[in-house]
Amino acid sequence: MKVYISVLKLRLSMGMQYRAAALAGVATQFFWGFISIMVFEAFYKHAAHTPPISLKELIQYIWLQQAFLVFVMMWFRDNELFDLITSGNIAYELCRPSGLYGFWYAKLLAQRLSSAFLRCFPILIVACLLPKPYNLEPPPDITAFLLFLSALLLGLLLLVAISMFLYISVFITLSPMGSLLVFGVLSEFFAGLVIPVPLMPIWLQKIAYVLPFRWTADFPFRVYSGHIPEQEAIIGILIQLAFLTVLVLLGRAALNGVLKKVVVQGG
Amino acid sequence: MIQLEGITKSYKVAKRATGLKQAAKALFYREHTMVNALKDISFSINQGEIVGYIGPNGAGKSTTIKVMSGILVPDTGKCTIMGYTPWKDRTQYVKNIGVVFGQRSQLWWDVPVMDSFELLKDIYKVPQQEYKSTIGQLIQTLELQEIVNTPVRQLSLGQRMRCEIAASLIHNPKILFLDEPTIGLDAVSKIAVRQFIKTINKEKGVTVILTTHDMNDIEALADRVILVGKGSLLYDGQLEELRKRFGTKKIITADYQKNRNQIDIPGTATLSWSPERVILSVDTAQIKTSDVITQLSNQRDLTDVTIETQPIEDIIVQLYKEYQI
Repeated sequence: MKVYISVLKLRLSMGMQYRAAALAGVATQFFWGFISIMVFEAFYKHAAHTPPISLKELIQYIWLQQAFLVFVMMWFRDNELFDLITSGNIAYELCRPSGLYGFWYAKLLAQRLSSAFLRCFPILIVACLLPKPYNLEPPPDITAFLLFLSALLLGLLLLVAISMFLYISVFITLSPMGSLLVFGVLSEFFAGLVIPVPLMPIWLQKIAYVLPFRWTADFPFRVYSGHIPEQEAIIGILIQLAFLTVLVLLGRAALNGVLKKVVVQGG
Repeated sequence: MIQLEGITKSYKVAKRATGLKQAAKALFYREHTMVNALKDISFSINQGEIVGYIGPNGAGKSTTIKVMSGILVPDTGKCTIMGYTPWKDRTQYVKNIGVVFGQRSQLWWDVPVMDSFELLKDIYKVPQQEYKSTIGQLIQTLELQEIVNTPVRQLSLGQRMRCEIAASLIHNPKILFLDEPTIGLDAVSKIAVRQFIKTINKEKGVTVILTTHDMNDIEALADRVILVGKGSLLYDGQLEELRKRFGTKKIITADYQKNRNQIDIPGTATLSWSPERVILSVDTAQIKTSDVITQLSNQRDLTDVTIETQPIEDIIVQLYKEYQI
């Protein structure tokens, strides 16, 4: 356990070194957030039917998405791990007395946490202070907030578990680009980061509901805005837990499988 | 302590000729060749030994180190180190070993060296007290005072390498594998590193296995050398023995008063000759060095004579030739 905390600490201190990057990230996310809101506003004005999610709920959705971008985006990756695998520096990781899966999981989690830590607060604060109706509002009640927090954290754990497969695939392909594109596009779309899941056509929603991706972003954000009622949220959290367990077990097995065949050449 | 029996490892390597046409062909059909990196390697090493593991490029040195440190799974063979099979009991086993890969880095690039050390402390679960004394000692003997608070990316190669070695020893391993630890180091750092390896071997009884291309490292550190070539074990024994067997040549350089007569002493070969100086290579199996000097002084009016033993490098080159590797 201590190892994981130290990895987090180290990551945090590393993240702090790159203030400019964090600042630029915050600025980009504001820009992106505003553009998305304006686009959706235009659509909503001319909607023929009442959309299945209200504009207010959608705005909450978008601001949360921007604030916790690094919690929900698959493309937010650890290039160091890719380098470890392709360059053979993984040799050192294999000389450590800890399981590789746990160690890398901690590294990836730490990277996302430390990044989010630097970026989420400015966005959340400013988004709260924006004029209506563009502002971020507190959740309907404290239960919704607590449910949101657990759903968000479980979503993060789930995303890291999914992204582990990305790293495992690099053992076989030796280039992260392909997997990154496939995983990135699939997960981003089905997590509802391009179009919120409730706005998708029904047949697409059905697909999204079967896949694990939506549980990382769409679900927690809708719990926050109250679009998903409490009862349903609790069931959702249980589903998140189930997905997490299955994916971690599968990931572990896959990693152990590729490690048996890994060949570190040269030097 | 370390026992290898019949270790074999082969790699599958994709092969193709250069050129666009060949590349296009390789899209559909690929030729693979099996490279036998290790063929039936067996040896055993006792506690407290320093063993030099040498061989030309691509001989299988690093592969052996990787097998012994549990990174690679060999195709066949048995390897028992301190009662563990490295690739099977990996997590249990690696607590006891330290590894330095000269061409790779284990330090976190962006943060001060000390932060990497602290993380390793937690990874290996080293108690705070023990860590403090170990790290103090390491910093002192490897002269890291000035650099431990610098981010790794700002260190020179030599400085980084000293930190890498320190990083491998934080958990007080009983066996240390060094894969080209002196690569790219300047003379001063090399000597510091060698001195340090000797110290930990003597004081803590750490078993050291070292691969290198710098024969001075071997000469300064290892009593025993294991020579591999093309994946096979060629020689395993004392360095002195090797010298006796192959290093039977001595080089004599003699300066003398001008004399245009050729020199011909049986059992020697003339490497270079001028009216004032001759360099002879003496085969001591055929003729004693002292006899050569006597003959020289009989034939010439000597002004200066120097005798050199054959450098270890030459012996190795000769060995490589002999085994045709």
